[in-house]
Amino acid sequence: MSRTLHTFKGGVHPPDHKSESNTRPVHAAPLPKKLVIPMRQHMGSPAKPVVSVGERVLKGQLIGEADGYISAAVHASSSGIVSAIGLAAVPHISGLPDECITLTTDGLDEWIDHAPLDYRAMDPSDLRMRLRDLGLAGLGGAVFPSAVKLDPGAHHHCPTLIVNGGECEPWITCDDVLMRHHAGDILQGVAVMRHLLGSTEILIGIEDNKPEAIAAMQAAAQKLDFAVEVVALPAIYPGGGAKQMIETLTGKQVPSGKLSTDIGIQVFNVGTAHALARAVHHGEPLISRLVTVTGHVLRPQNVEVLIGTPMQVLIDLAGDRDGTTGVLMGGPMMGMPMPDLDVPVVKATNCILVQSKELFPPLPKALPCIRCTRCADACPAELQPQELFRFAKADDFGRAQEYHLFDCIECGCCSYVCPSHIPLVDFYRYAKSEIWAREKEKRASDLARERHEFRLFRLEREKKEKAEKLAAKAQAKRAELAADPSASGAPDADAKKALIAAALARAQARKTEVTPRNVDHLPPDKQHEIEEIEARRAKIREMARQPLEPEEKKP
Amino acid sequence: MPAPFILDRSSVTQVMAWVLAALLPGIAVYVWVFGPGILVTLSLATVTALVAEAAMLKARGYPAKPFLTDLSAIVTAWLLALSLPSLAPWWLIVTGTLFAIVVAKHLYGGLGQNIFNPAMVGYAVLIVSFPVQMTQWAGPLSLSDTSLTLAQSASVIFGGDVPKAMLDAVTMATPLDALRTGLLQQYTVDEILVQPIFGHYGGIGFEWLAGAFLLGGLALWALRIISWQVPLAFLAGIWLAAGFLHFFDAGRFGAPWFHLFAPSVMLGAFFIATDPVSGATTPRGKLIFGFGAGLLTIIIRTWGGYPDGVAFAILLMNLCVPLIDQFTQPRVYGEAKKSKAPPA
Repeated sequence: MSRTLHTFKGGVHPPDHKSESNTRPVHAAPLPKKLVIPMRQHMGSPAKPVVSVGERVLKGQLIGEADGYISAAVHASSSGIVSAIGLAAVPHISGLPDECITLTTDGLDEWIDHAPLDYRAMDPSDLRMRLRDLGLAGLGGAVFPSAVKLDPGAHHHCPTLIVNGGECEPWITCDDVLMRHHAGDILQGVAVMRHLLGSTEILIGIEDNKPEAIAAMQAAAQKLDFAVEVVALPAIYPGGGAKQMIETLTGKQVPSGKLSTDIGIQVFNVGTAHALARAVHHGEPLISRLVTVTGHVLRPQNVEVLIGTPMQVLIDLAGDRDGTTGVLMGGPMMGMPMPDLDVPVVKATNCILVQSKELFPPLPKALPCIRCTRCADACPAELQPQELFRFAKADDFGRAQEYHLFDCIECGCCSYVCPSHIPLVDFYRYAKSEIWAREKEKRASDLARERHEFRLFRLEREKKEKAEKLAAKAQAKRAELAADPSASGAPDADAKKALIAAALARAQARKTEVTPRNVDHLPPDKQHEIEEIEARRAKIREMARQPLEPEEKKP
Repeated sequence: MPAPFILDRSSVTQVMAWVLAALLPGIAVYVWVFGPGILVTLSLATVTALVAEAAMLKARGYPAKPFLTDLSAIVTAWLLALSLPSLAPWWLIVTGTLFAIVVAKHLYGGLGQNIFNPAMVGYAVLIVSFPVQMTQWAGPLSLSDTSLTLAQSASVIFGGDVPKAMLDAVTMATPLDALRTGLLQQYTVDEILVQPIFGHYGGIGFEWLAGAFLLGGLALWALRIISWQVPLAFLAGIWLAAGFLHFFDAGRFGAPWFHLFAPSVMLGAFFIATDPVSGATTPRGKLIFGFGAGLLTIIIRTWGGYPDGVAFAILLMNLCVPLIDQFTQPRVYGEAKKSKAPPA
């Protein structure tokens, strides 16, 4: 390998537990009776249902359309009847239900008409919209809509395309197995990516604990009409993280708060490349994926699973065992516990990891931090986790942000090495969510305060304007009286008259006042109504004040 | 329960156990050079520390088991015991240990919360309060005709009936004391160094002890229990400061190797200044912390009121840790190369 590899700071070497699941043949999971397909399976806006209950849908039929630019469509994974549209349990860290379309499958698995796309002939932007409508999203974990990432935009270009086959999380082998068996398809997807991004350098990073995958990808790369470099990377967690892989392969770091495209690099997971190839060369939407089912099961393996399949179906397939203590979606470092096993496999589901007391002993109770800085040594974001912990614990969120809390990628290395067994990542998640909540609150109160301040300013300004107008009028009256000698006999009475006239003028001014009162952007009828009310209120206020004025002027 | 769901096998207990294990070569050499009295001191300090720890945990409403078994109290006890004169009376040992555990550790919030290294606080309190008793050092066995057995040592420590002549025969000034006294009496360094207490680099026997602590310290570094920055910077601080002075006036200032090969320096560099709780945490901060402690040690040894300055130097640097940490925050991933200290 000619490429000089760089190392990123930190990282850990947990036992990889890959061999449990990557040696068995890949099967397709059985077609379940029911598929629960969430509308929110990607970053961005959830899809909008376009079918109704009772409707028959075909396999691959659009059932939820992309809502906006950063969104992706959702499709029926098999043919059947839409039996429900509404909230259902989904695999999400919040544990809250989300909008799903439930299909009762008919067992026919009948495809909708679909045809390959002639991607070279298509306008790039049409092609991207087509990919969005085929539901493509990143399968590496973040499920970011792929169409967006395939748009280099006006200001960026991506000379370097990195295809991520790192798969650094312990236990997970779906990318490994995909590369072993579908290297050609993956590279066809890469060709489409290259076409859209205009990349000149294509690197495929694979950790060196997957020699079969590396060999398969290298063999497939030989057959291409463009150059692809398959690079074996040292196995280290989180070496498969996008930022870490970029640094290992190129020596560059993605600037804090920016995207990799800002430095001319785009990263896609191998699974995404495979799905892209299925979409372009077969016209198939993203309705299935490879899922590793492993841990405390009889037959750990990788399964081709229809999106929406309940997780329990897969655990039964792999052989449920006694002594299960929990189920994770994802790996042991960044995965999330599943509240129940009716939740469906979604586009983000790379692994179903069944826990037992032996494989995942309960974590010991946390002791105080002894500031040993093992966390700092392990942190791939080069943060000082012990300080972030201190600030998060003390609710000192300002300091936490100064110490780059938001550069934390929540990889879990710090918690993994902590000799005091402190769930550090939890504290960072807590701090982040608190900061978000406070930002939101602050924005709301800022808006309210601005409005209030503007109101005070406006009232003050009106008062001043009226006083000036009044003074000018009185002045004019006085000048008029002074110029008219016939009225000089009763200057006092005239001054009084002038004041009364001014008061009347003021009342008149109030009556006709139409200054907007923070009611911008209202429909015209509403606006009119408000104006009327305001005018009425001004009149009443004036009337209430009227009796006082003569009284004050009594000698 | 949130991610991650697996842990490295490390624990606070494991860290502390390695520290204790790394002290064993030093203790063995101590016994060989100065006799078995240190074992009595170590045992007494250990028992006192555990009792004090248990009592304080109970008083503060903390569970006893996880904190007693973390071994941190024993580490404090051993570090203090190894800093004390080998024939210090029992009440001195008990007072120092109690002060270390009760005041310096628990009144500051217990494990992980103490600003100052507890063992060094205990030591400082003793040397300020009981300077005379703090000189009761047994000399190296190779220099005296008589030596104390374990029972005799225990008897001395517990204030038993020991002939004064015998005690006088075994105690003697430490090399640092001898140097300081000699210099105060206007002798030159060369004149002082002819005394039998001085060996090749440091004091006779003392240099062996220093070597044993160095060995244990290197083991801790190899095991990644401690980082290299603090010890290296500490030793560099000592060597450079002492070397600078020695270069200008070799008659009035001891040689850098002499200063370096004192047991207190090696113990301080590898076991005390590396205390994570009271030390700096950033890589650059550790360098500053260690170097500052080394520099201050020589300054105190040379111009201060005490023959050795390691304890005060480390305590003074403990005081600076929040400031050092704040201004040495390393660049994070993706941050612009010109790193800026976070605002106060």
